[in-house]
Amino acid sequence: MLGIVSTLFDGVAYGMLLFTITVGLSVTMGVMHFTNLAHGAFAMAGAYAAAVLVGNLGVPFPLALLAVFLATVLVGLGSERALFRHFYKASPLKQVLLTIGLVFMSVAAARWLFGPLSLGIPLPDYLTGSFRLGALSFPVYRTAILVFGLLLAVAFWLCLERTLVGAKLRAAVANAPMAEAVGINVSLLLSVVFGIGAGLAALGGALSVEVLGLTPTYALDHLGLVLIVVIVGGLGSIRGAFLASLVIGVLDNAGKFLLPEVGAFIVYLVAFAILLWRPNGLFPKA
Amino acid sequence: MSAMGRPDDRQTVFTRVEGGWIAFVLPYLVAAAWFWLLPTHHALGTSLAIMVLFALSVEVVLGFGGINTLGQAVVFGGGAYAAGLAAIHLGFTDPFAMLAAGAAGGAAIALLTGALVLRGGELTVLAMTLVAAAIFYELTNTFSSITGGFDGLRGIRVQPVFGLFRFDLWQSTAFVFCTGVVLVCHLLVRILVTSPFGVMMRGLRANPGRMAAFGAPVMARLLLVYTVGGALGGLAGALQTITTRYVSGEVFAFHVSATVVVVMILGGFGRIYGAFMGAAAYVVFQDYFAKLAPQYWFFWLGLLLVVVVIAAPGGLVGLIDMARARLGRLRR
Repeated sequence: MLGIVSTLFDGVAYGMLLFTITVGLSVTMGVMHFTNLAHGAFAMAGAYAAAVLVGNLGVPFPLALLAVFLATVLVGLGSERALFRHFYKASPLKQVLLTIGLVFMSVAAARWLFGPLSLGIPLPDYLTGSFRLGALSFPVYRTAILVFGLLLAVAFWLCLERTLVGAKLRAAVANAPMAEAVGINVSLLLSVVFGIGAGLAALGGALSVEVLGLTPTYALDHLGLVLIVVIVGGLGSIRGAFLASLVIGVLDNAGKFLLPEVGAFIVYLVAFAILLWRPNGLFPKA
Repeated sequence: MSAMGRPDDRQTVFTRVEGGWIAFVLPYLVAAAWFWLLPTHHALGTSLAIMVLFALSVEVVLGFGGINTLGQAVVFGGGAYAAGLAAIHLGFTDPFAMLAAGAAGGAAIALLTGALVLRGGELTVLAMTLVAAAIFYELTNTFSSITGGFDGLRGIRVQPVFGLFRFDLWQSTAFVFCTGVVLVCHLLVRILVTSPFGVMMRGLRANPGRMAAFGAPVMARLLLVYTVGGALGGLAGALQTITTRYVSGEVFAFHVSATVVVVMILGGFGRIYGAFMGAAAYVVFQDYFAKLAPQYWFFWLGLLLVVVVIAAPGGLVGLIDMARARLGRLRR
């Protein structure tokens, strides 16, 4: 019983991590129709940047996360303006090839800069250890990730449903030319959204080091999983990305814990089954 | 005949068979010259021929069928394992029997995964083909008692070709054997493209909705093309097993699928000769850069991909088209 609760808890925390990393990609693929397989490279860049800031320069962990987030927002915005936006109208195949090329380059660059060995981020004392709640014991770090992910989802929901920017984005998603016709700067909006998505991926990447580890092939290793979350959730659906992250996070974790010998492959089978049932994801665009 | 536009326009790919019979025999003249002039490089020629065949299977699926696959390793690996397992457990040690096992294995896996995968939208197909290959990769580790897992299958024995030509250490027999298989498959693909079925596929790529309205069974035809591509990919996998006498789970790895798509795009999307030129350019490129600094080989591969997508979307065959068009204008 205790084992089940703690496995479930770890799975949910892992799911929140997946949500943080993938939510930006869901928007990019759903709204811009851009299949960005290099999204994981932003996560990897964030992870390495945080590792250097905290491990080598002694920057406090939360401050490093903030810096990584802001810097990657700018990088994402810049790369969208300079490169990616020219491929929004290209065929998915071309987009995939371009971004796989970027993934390969980032993997080699990471190996060149940081060596082939696995890197870690030293956590501050207040995020290590665990606390007890009755008979159960929860690791502090995973609790923090879980809370952060939930807050992020709520913030996203509030922004989309309750703010002017959210309304504009929804308008752009529903009908971009019409949104432009009523005076919304769709192009700028999309750049900013892309940047924020990249920043969140970097943040998620930095947070994930403790859970997933960090090697130069990070962007390649998690490419399949990230793509699955987005497609299972339904392109462009925040709700879908959240739900898919939860389902896949819990299943992947439970699979590795309960059936270590089949482990990794349960989550692929489940994704396959979900997509057979709903070929366009859990929450397809109307 | 439509004018050559942007090469990734669905309408312009595979609308004709490039070149006549001279273009058809050219690769085999090159192979023959290679055989006599570069006797120490037969192993390289063998891997080149296997790559050409694998790229041809992707040209069929992606260029001819218009099915975006990122998981062609699933049929390559399927063919490689079918040939290896048949050799060990069924006593299929004749190379032609192993080829048959490989083709059947590739086609069977394509039929199975295709029936499930092809129902989704364009992006779903992309992701699902990738996932299908990942599932098989994990399966080889899970059932390592059958597949050998990370260590792979060892002890595969292969009889001499026709009982006469032993597979030698210098891969001379392998080179000729693989080139022969490529020749036969090349001929089959050429026939397929120019057949009435090929014309129907052209219509399918241009406007699937209208073809369905004509009464064409769209799903069944796509599945058929995917399965034919699977058989070709399976043959390529079987050739690898026959020539290396070894298979491991690596045949299902993502980089195998990615590499062959790189080869295709480098040669020219949806062009038969793209498979030949792309594979040749790739093998030369890899030979040079992988020797330069093997650990950073991925960087050059990635850069190559980015540059080709941005600067030469038609690949090498597209560049030749451009050169020929320019020459033609000069003559006039």
